[in-house]
Amino acid sequence: MSTPVLELSGISKRFGAVQALSEVDLRVSPGEVVALLGDNGAGKSTLVKVIAGVNPADSGEILWEDRPVTIAKPGDAQRLGIATIYQDLALCDNLDIVANLFLGSEHTTASGALDEVEMERRARELLDSLSVRIPSLRVPVASLSGGQRQIIAIARSLLGDPKVVMLDEPTAALGVAQTAQVLDLIERLRDSGLGVILISHNMADVRAVADRAMVLRLGRNAGDFQVEDTSYEEIVAAITGAADNPVARRSGRVPVAGTEDA
Amino acid sequence: MIGTSDSAPAPASSADGPAKSQPGRSRPAVLWDRYGILGVLVLLTAFMAFTAPNFFTLDNAFNIARAASINAILAAGMTLVILTRGIDLSVGSNLAVSGVVAVLLWTWGMPAPVCVLGGILTGAAFGMLNGALVAYLALPAFIVTLGGLTYLRGTAYLLTDGRPLIADDLGFSLMGDGFIAVLPVPVVIMLGVFLVLWFLMRFTRFGTEVYAIGGNPEAARLAGIKVKQTLLKVYVIAGACAGLAGVLFSARVMSGQPTAGETYELDAIAAVVLGGTSLLGGVGTVQRTLIGVMIMGVLSNGLLLLNVPFFYQLIIKGGVIVLAVAIDGLKNWRR
Repeated sequence: MSTPVLELSGISKRFGAVQALSEVDLRVSPGEVVALLGDNGAGKSTLVKVIAGVNPADSGEILWEDRPVTIAKPGDAQRLGIATIYQDLALCDNLDIVANLFLGSEHTTASGALDEVEMERRARELLDSLSVRIPSLRVPVASLSGGQRQIIAIARSLLGDPKVVMLDEPTAALGVAQTAQVLDLIERLRDSGLGVILISHNMADVRAVADRAMVLRLGRNAGDFQVEDTSYEEIVAAITGAADNPVARRSGRVPVAGTEDA
Repeated sequence: MIGTSDSAPAPASSADGPAKSQPGRSRPAVLWDRYGILGVLVLLTAFMAFTAPNFFTLDNAFNIARAASINAILAAGMTLVILTRGIDLSVGSNLAVSGVVAVLLWTWGMPAPVCVLGGILTGAAFGMLNGALVAYLALPAFIVTLGGLTYLRGTAYLLTDGRPLIADDLGFSLMGDGFIAVLPVPVVIMLGVFLVLWFLMRFTRFGTEVYAIGGNPEAARLAGIKVKQTLLKVYVIAGACAGLAGVLFSARVMSGQPTAGETYELDAIAAVVLGGTSLLGGVGTVQRTLIGVMIMGVLSNGLLLLNVPFFYQLIIKGGVIVLAVAIDGLKNWRR
């Protein structure tokens, strides 16, 4: 097992009287998909915002490739190589695929005009490398299916050559086939050596692609499972708190050492 | 499965070519989207050509274009503002102030180019004020520019003491009644404005940013676009267009009129909407606005030549605007 690319330990975050996160640990290695699970209000979103630099942590340590770093603003996270794909905010429906992919980092020619040819070529290359097939890159994103839109959003985050990709509910509101497309893409990201943090409510997705499942409950770590050797019930129990007794916690922690690769 | 499985001729995805059939949209719907408004203009022109005496002549075509040029320039700037989900109600009054300033500078003995530039810059400055309030204080564009409509009209009256400002031998009157070869100067200027804005919107990063902000401001911000700065630029452009329109107006009537441009903002908005630009932002182009302007121009001119009584002209013009928007609405319903 390689060293983690991103490792958080003892992360705490308080909003006024609410302790949103207390002493939370999380790590993700290159080529690993970590599912971040938890009920509503468990602190998933807060943790995502800590990592993305939107809401920095009050205390705790963040290691990036074994070096301590501070992530105080979104730009810090991006510079390190953390890409975040938010649920709804990613795309401009009225723009075509190429324009969306290069939004904010358009290629221009020497004269300052947009280099549409070069951008389309790069876009085609990128999508090909992800084995994504979309007939025309010049249709408005609004005319794509939900799965294709999600794929475009993920593809765009890859243009910055990230090492960790964080996906917030990427399959929410998607149909079966579209979900499969997105999960395929997540597997390809893992195979290309990226660390993936997947926030999801969907246990089927988690079982399908995640290597590890990290459960948060009431702002604390409530279990860290190798998905391979863990039953659906065990994970759900951790999420709901049914496993909140010493015996269950013990069993939940045993596989953390993570000696075997799946 | 890297895909070359399409046996159909490779979709030659030329940058400006029509997009291939979009999934979920019938071909007629796509065609209507793209060429419907142009078809309306052609049909309307054909109808007038067969019914209105003296309509279908080159002279009359230039008449229409010259009469429409001021509204066209206002509408060009307005298109950008509406694309960002905004509105600029102040352009009519801004036109008056800018036109008055240009003539005022002439009466003070400034050379003609300075007067023209002064008028345009006056418009741009008030546009910048609008833009700053909308972008940086996040005030609603409707209210900010509604205020502008009123205080700029007051400013125009104040500058002229409420009377028309007559200028002898106005140095830039050629901008109103001159010709370049056979083309009236205001028409050439109008075409120039549209050419510049078309290029900006189609081929530059700025244009993409404007569309992105209109489509999804939050996504635009997350993509690193300086949303506020871009909004400011858009209002400056709309103001500069109003300033230029003001100069043309003064040149045409050879005086500074504090009452110039009343309700012109509404004509400009109507032309933009007729051209198919969505008031919800993000969808539309300046070239389609030009078609919208020409529809209004052909309609006004044709009704006049047909001797339709003025009251009916107003009713018909208003009806056409509502009809155009209704057709647009039906199209979106079917989606």
